Amino acid sequence: MEKHQIQYQTVHFTLNGKEVEKTVDVRASLTDMLRNDFHMLSVKKGCEVGECGACTVIIDGETLNSCLYLAIWAEGKNIRTLESLVGPNGELSDIQQAFVEEAAIQCGFCTPGFIMTAQEIIETGKEYTDDQLRKLLSGHLCRCTGYENVLRAVKKAIKKVMYKRLGKEQPAE
Amino acid sequence: MYDINVLYQAKSVQDAIELHLAHPEADIIAGGTDVLVQMREGKRAGKSLLSIQGLDEIRGITMEEDGTIRIGSLTTFSHITNDPIIQKYINVLGEAVDMVGGPQIRNAGTIGGNTCNGATSADSTATLHAWDAIVELTGPNGIRRLPINEFYIWAGQVDLQPGEIQTGILIPKESYENTHGHYIKYAMREALDIATLGTSVNVRLSEDKKTVERVRIAFGVAGPTPLRAKTAEALGNGQPLSMELIEKVAKAVVPDLKCRDSWRASKAFRTHMAVECTKRAFIESVKLCGGEL
Repeated sequence: MEKHQIQYQTVHFTLNGKEVEKTVDVRASLTDMLRNDFHMLSVKKGCEVGECGACTVIIDGETLNSCLYLAIWAEGKNIRTLESLVGPNGELSDIQQAFVEEAAIQCGFCTPGFIMTAQEIIETGKEYTDDQLRKLLSGHLCRCTGYENVLRAVKKAIKKVMYKRLGKEQPAE
Repeated sequence: MYDINVLYQAKSVQDAIELHLAHPEADIIAGGTDVLVQMREGKRAGKSLLSIQGLDEIRGITMEEDGTIRIGSLTTFSHITNDPIIQKYINVLGEAVDMVGGPQIRNAGTIGGNTCNGATSADSTATLHAWDAIVELTGPNGIRRLPINEFYIWAGQVDLQPGEIQTGILIPKESYENTHGHYIKYAMREALDIATLGTSVNVRLSEDKKTVERVRIAFGVAGPTPLRAKTAEALGNGQPLSMELIEKVAKAVVPDLKCRDSWRASKAFRTHMAVECTKRAFIESVKLCGGEL
């Protein structure tokens, strides 16, 4: 094959609960495809080498850096981005609301990635120590907040979701 | 976009072997956390890739009839850490690979890629050396099995013949029975960092917990390939357990080291850390075995 002759392939996958298909250049990363072909702009292009976590999405229940993932590997997968968390009328999910309340945001660039990891943590339905949470969140770099507010927001959302799941009212702090 | 020339996708191990033979210039890509990074930084720019990502047949951990633990080469780090077989028999491997990169990297990176990459700093490798792991390679002439220390040839170089794909990593029962180990990753950051030194020690004590039946010590980043400290191991094997023995064994690792100066750390510092980490990992392993010091 001639050098740089463009190869295309059609991929079928579930994106935020909807079955989709797209013919993509095989050289595309999943970040490229989600942003350019599906307009999922919460998926940020940060370092593009798997260090900053700004491009994090959930694939079949696990968080991955979409910058280190070929678009064609999406075939048959269930992929979720931050856009899937917003309610039908734009309502914020518990984790998003917690980020707002705890001011876990400044410039916002790392936020979608952090929130997707936090969402994965919340969905495990388990309780974690601060040290465990720090480790679970360690795949994200934030240059503004200093991480403390992020940790607080994640803890808050975990608690809130847990009370909801148990059907109990959360005591005021 | 990655600077990929041609992308080939294998549908089965057999297909991968045939594609590899037909296109020897293509680099094999599994989880992508090394290959795609090197493509971005230019090292592999313009290369063709052979993706084995879809080969579910070499993913997962099983116990074979004779008690051998089989880790499929495409098993990701997080799946190794969370696997009940690993947790029960060789928990230290799960702990070691839980120190690779960050959580998202551990959901993508595979143990096959970690070893085939040939890096001495790979977090799985010191522990695999310390547990006498066997590498299974499947090629055009069938299956070849070799001890992991023979698989590593030099920094970045492993014994993969044309058409061969690494399909599994095996830990024999004799290796893990009644044995407990500990891994220490010494790095500058707690996440997303490469080991300055990796130390993996495992111990088997006698039934009365008074004698060290076997001690195995391996290092990453103490030489161009991961290595075992055989001199020190020989000093410890069969000896009555004591703090003095542990200190003697730890000091004896030095002649087997091939540390070098690099921007991460000096040779002198790495050598010092190797002795100290051996001591600490040895003590921890003895405790895990139920021994008293």
